[in-house]
Amino acid sequence: MKLSVFMAAIDGKNHTPALDPENIEISGAYVSDMLSDVMGSAKPDQAWITIMKHLNVIAVASMTGVPAIVFSKANQPDDAVCDKALEEGICLISSPHDTFTLAGILYKLLKN
Amino acid sequence: MAEYWYIAEGFEERIDGFRSKKSEAEVDLEFEIPEKDFNTAGKGSSELKNLLKRLGVNSEILRRIAVASYEAEINVAAHSKGGIMHSAVYDELIHIRFQDEGPGIEDIDQAMVPGYSTADDLVRELGFGAGLGLPNIKKNSDAMHIVSAKGNPTVLEFFIYFS
Repeated sequence: MKLSVFMAAIDGKNHTPALDPENIEISGAYVSDMLSDVMGSAKPDQAWITIMKHLNVIAVASMTGVPAIVFSKANQPDDAVCDKALEEGICLISSPHDTFTLAGILYKLLKN
Repeated sequence: MAEYWYIAEGFEERIDGFRSKKSEAEVDLEFEIPEKDFNTAGKGSSELKNLLKRLGVNSEILRRIAVASYEAEINVAAHSKGGIMHSAVYDELIHIRFQDEGPGIEDIDQAMVPGYSTADDLVRELGFGAGLGLPNIKKNSDAMHIVSAKGNPTVLEFFIYFS
């Protein structure tokens, strides 16, 4: 599924406009706020849904090969985080919804 | 000093052969990892990943190397007084060695248990400290070796083959 479809369904805002969610394919998402859990279990074709938004999150996504991070509960990454994400080619999206709702919406989209 | 060895099934001979041969690395990289500096920790893994990508290493192998080395860098920053990451790239494999300045691991077997962590609040606030660092390194390596003891430096090294 295109990340753009998910972004539209969650009132998402793209914090890395140079990366077009239309060009990013995801097969699902991994949901966790523990960074080592993500590194141990997230797959390279999954979006990562989290409330964590500091710089190490970008490194974790980069090492794991995750193409996009979705910040729940309107968590906004700061400029340094967005710059680093752009450098690594990782799309950052924030949404007002909580993590449960985000995962539920994506689950439903994928099942339809 | 206590010692821990893990060698994935089927890799025993290759690891033995590699260790006895003492071949010269094609590329050597060294990075310093300062204590509790979680922005510098990760630079080594990031640069290594870029280098290996340029060398054409398969993306799944690359992911395993990146995850294992990043976990190890975070471990050095989180738990030690700082240390050095040394990567040696050979034709067939990569050997990455982390040496820190202590204070050492009291019980390596316990440290290997998923979920066991001695991380402090700062580390946990960042979302690290789940007790999955060493298990993740093991999971992604073809072989892993730790030498440590309380009050001593820790040396952790792991080996990942490119095919």
